[in-house]
Amino acid sequence: MEIERPESSEQPIEVPEPDVPWATVVHNDPVNLMSYVTYVFQSYFGYPKDKAKKLMMDVHHKGRAVVSTGSREEMERDVQAMHGYGLWATLTQDR
Amino acid sequence: MAGSFEATGDGGAAIALDEVEISILRSLAVQLLELIGPGEEPAEGEDPLAALFAEGPSEPPSDPALARLFPDAYRGPDAEAGGPGDEAVPNEDLRTASADFRRFTENDLRARKREDALAVVRALDALTAHGEGGAVLTLTRAQSQQWLGTLNDLRLAIGTRLEVSDDDDGGGLYSLPDEDPRKPMVMAYLWLGALQETLVETLLD
Repeated sequence: MEIERPESSEQPIEVPEPDVPWATVVHNDPVNLMSYVTYVFQSYFGYPKDKAKKLMMDVHHKGRAVVSTGSREEMERDVQAMHGYGLWATLTQDR
Repeated sequence: MAGSFEATGDGGAAIALDEVEISILRSLAVQLLELIGPGEEPAEGEDPLAALFAEGPSEPPSDPALARLFPDAYRGPDAEAGGPGDEAVPNEDLRTASADFRRFTENDLRARKREDALAVVRALDALTAHGEGGAVLTLTRAQSQQWLGTLNDLRLAIGTRLEVSDDDDGGGLYSLPDEDPRKPMVMAYLWLGALQETLVETLLD
């Protein structure tokens, strides 16, 4: 049985990205409550309270903190979730 | 317990609200709904399936409060200044990546924020229906999470309007004279902060 294949499937769909991990960065802002930011890190990432609190303090004092790392797709998911919670998050490739 | 949420013991939370508080909260939630915008409902005569495949916007909202609720995914606070850390990636590439991300996520995000704010309005309406002067609002854990989201969105929107800063006095906002036109909004902002703070406490364990 012969199946006609579209020509495009013969070509590589996309150039593979170099295997460099991506990171979700949360930025400090003057509105979000410290307790709320800690709560978000605990409930979304499932981090223990101590780790969540430390990350929150890093955001607060250093202006930003890497809260998760992984593939670009995973980090886009995390950033979207952070925006859902109202946190100011971006993703960046760790270099 | 006036003015603060308390845990109900089964994962939920409760707060006593008087008539004025109920009406202020409702009005703020409705304003948030108006700010976020109407649903992507198909217009009269339009194919309802089209909405399923509609792409979201690619540009950040021009309103600063909306821009804070729906920020760029690839451009942080230093992006315009060409700040440290990102010089390896041209600003234009970050802009394009942010636009793509926004097209595929912003509509969903808006829909979720609307749902949360609607849940707040509905809970308040259910209260006033049989309340006389005031009532005790009781939330399940799931409702608490929706309320938390809306309280935070409201504070982000109001905080952006007021240009709240990181200083202890909010950039002078917390010591405004009574006649300052911003005063009522600052009072609302601080009150929402207290509500949110006590509601978070009930969820953290």
